[in-house]
Amino acid sequence: MLANRRRIINTPTLEIRDLSFSYPDGNEALRDISCRIEYGESIGIIGGNGAGKSTLLQHLNGCLMPSKGNVLFDGRPVARETLAEIRRSVGMVFQDPDDQLFMPTVFDDVAFGLLHLEVSSENIAERVRTALERVSMSHLSDRPPYKLSGGEKRAVAIATVLALSPDILVLDEPTSNLDPRGRRRLIKLLRGFDQTRIIATHDLELVVEVCPRVIVLDGGRIVAEGAVTDLLNNEDLMFSHGLERPHILRHRHPH
Amino acid sequence: MKTMRYLEVGQMDDLGRLDTPLHRLDARIKMVTVAVFIIAVMSFPRYEVSGLMPLFVFPFALIGVGKIPLGCIYKKVLPALPFALFVGLFNPLIDRDPMLTLGPLALSGGWLSFASILLRFTLTVSAALTLVACTGIHRLCAGLEQLGVPSLFAVQILFLYRYLFVIGDESIRMFRSVQIRSTGSKKLSLRVYCALIGHLLIRSIDRAQRIYRAMVSRGFDGQIRLLHRTQPGWRDAIFLLGWIAFFISVRHRNPARIVGCWLTGEGL
Repeated sequence: MLANRRRIINTPTLEIRDLSFSYPDGNEALRDISCRIEYGESIGIIGGNGAGKSTLLQHLNGCLMPSKGNVLFDGRPVARETLAEIRRSVGMVFQDPDDQLFMPTVFDDVAFGLLHLEVSSENIAERVRTALERVSMSHLSDRPPYKLSGGEKRAVAIATVLALSPDILVLDEPTSNLDPRGRRRLIKLLRGFDQTRIIATHDLELVVEVCPRVIVLDGGRIVAEGAVTDLLNNEDLMFSHGLERPHILRHRHPH
Repeated sequence: MKTMRYLEVGQMDDLGRLDTPLHRLDARIKMVTVAVFIIAVMSFPRYEVSGLMPLFVFPFALIGVGKIPLGCIYKKVLPALPFALFVGLFNPLIDRDPMLTLGPLALSGGWLSFASILLRFTLTVSAALTLVACTGIHRLCAGLEQLGVPSLFAVQILFLYRYLFVIGDESIRMFRSVQIRSTGSKKLSLRVYCALIGHLLIRSIDRAQRIYRAMVSRGFDGQIRLLHRTQPGWRDAIFLLGWIAFFISVRHRNPARIVGCWLTGEGL
């Protein structure tokens, strides 16, 4: 209820302005990135290994701070003072679910974020239950996370973030290490959300199914941006940036 | 995952989630009781052996009531044993005055204090391990915080414990890949070991950082929070006072000696 009401009032946009970032060892990972993501949009960030996808995502909730430029959440820059609020609204699902699940049980793990939001205990139990139901993992509530399968871990990792009812969901390689069934389930789940979804991946078939808009990264720069079918059908563009035209588009003619 | 099983990751966590009367006690009460126990063990004179024996009741009672498998505690005490051995190693060599005669055998003070050190080690370490097994590290650290330990320290302990398994897991994976590629030859040069250990450190730091980021992303602010905070009740009070009374009585009167005297008909 509360989450729904908040969603109606709060429809934050995310804007990245001239963002550059260099790692402490001098390696320049991102250069002059600019883009604007409206609320409710599902956007794919694609690019080969080392293109800067993960680094870019880390900036969206302030895990990394830009060397130059800004990330604006609902018009306000991501900075030390706004971090707590932004992290509440930007839910981040990490590439390796093992990094994200660190509590003794699945329930505790999903409750972890809520406990830090000062939600009352009855509400926590309810929200944990809802989040686990959403990803169809309610039956695992009392299991320790490290004993789950890869697909279950991923689903639980998503639930840990969903429980906080974020306005923006950021997912880093959500389909890596998933079997086809797990992948299919995840795609269905992602299509069902109405929050903003930002998905970094090189699983291009996933992008075709979930993201209408795509940003192509290579060498830390945005090399192309546009509608998914336009970009992914462009064989030359795909090849020159370490990607390829997905099969799903070869057999379908979405014109 | 086999590596996980090998390390018995989370066995203590599994035990910490059991629901027994012991598990339901307040974490702070259990911690204070174990602390008093450790002080009681340490307060005995250096040559004491028989006086320490009755204290074994404490860890065994906890293990029994807490439904903790004895093997689990015993397997974790053993790896720490070499430390105690080293501490006491030179006592028999330095302190050679005979203190006790058992028939033809004369025991020197060194051997007695050596035995005493080993006993104290077994008592304290098994009590501490049992405490962790019957409370769970998370509740334990939260309890520490409630007891007034600065949250920085409590969080340090929590992370130390969490990352222990991370490092263990990383190192098992690394050494397995070395084994595969060294095609069975047992000898690895020192250089390889150095590289491996350096690599392990960097990998663990990276991993730790990723876990920390995941925690921070979900609002972690350096405070340990618990879903179910317990308030000490009368059961906790009985547990604490009962055990303290037991420790004090054992410390002042040696039940082992009383039983021995009673059996042999000698006066005290």
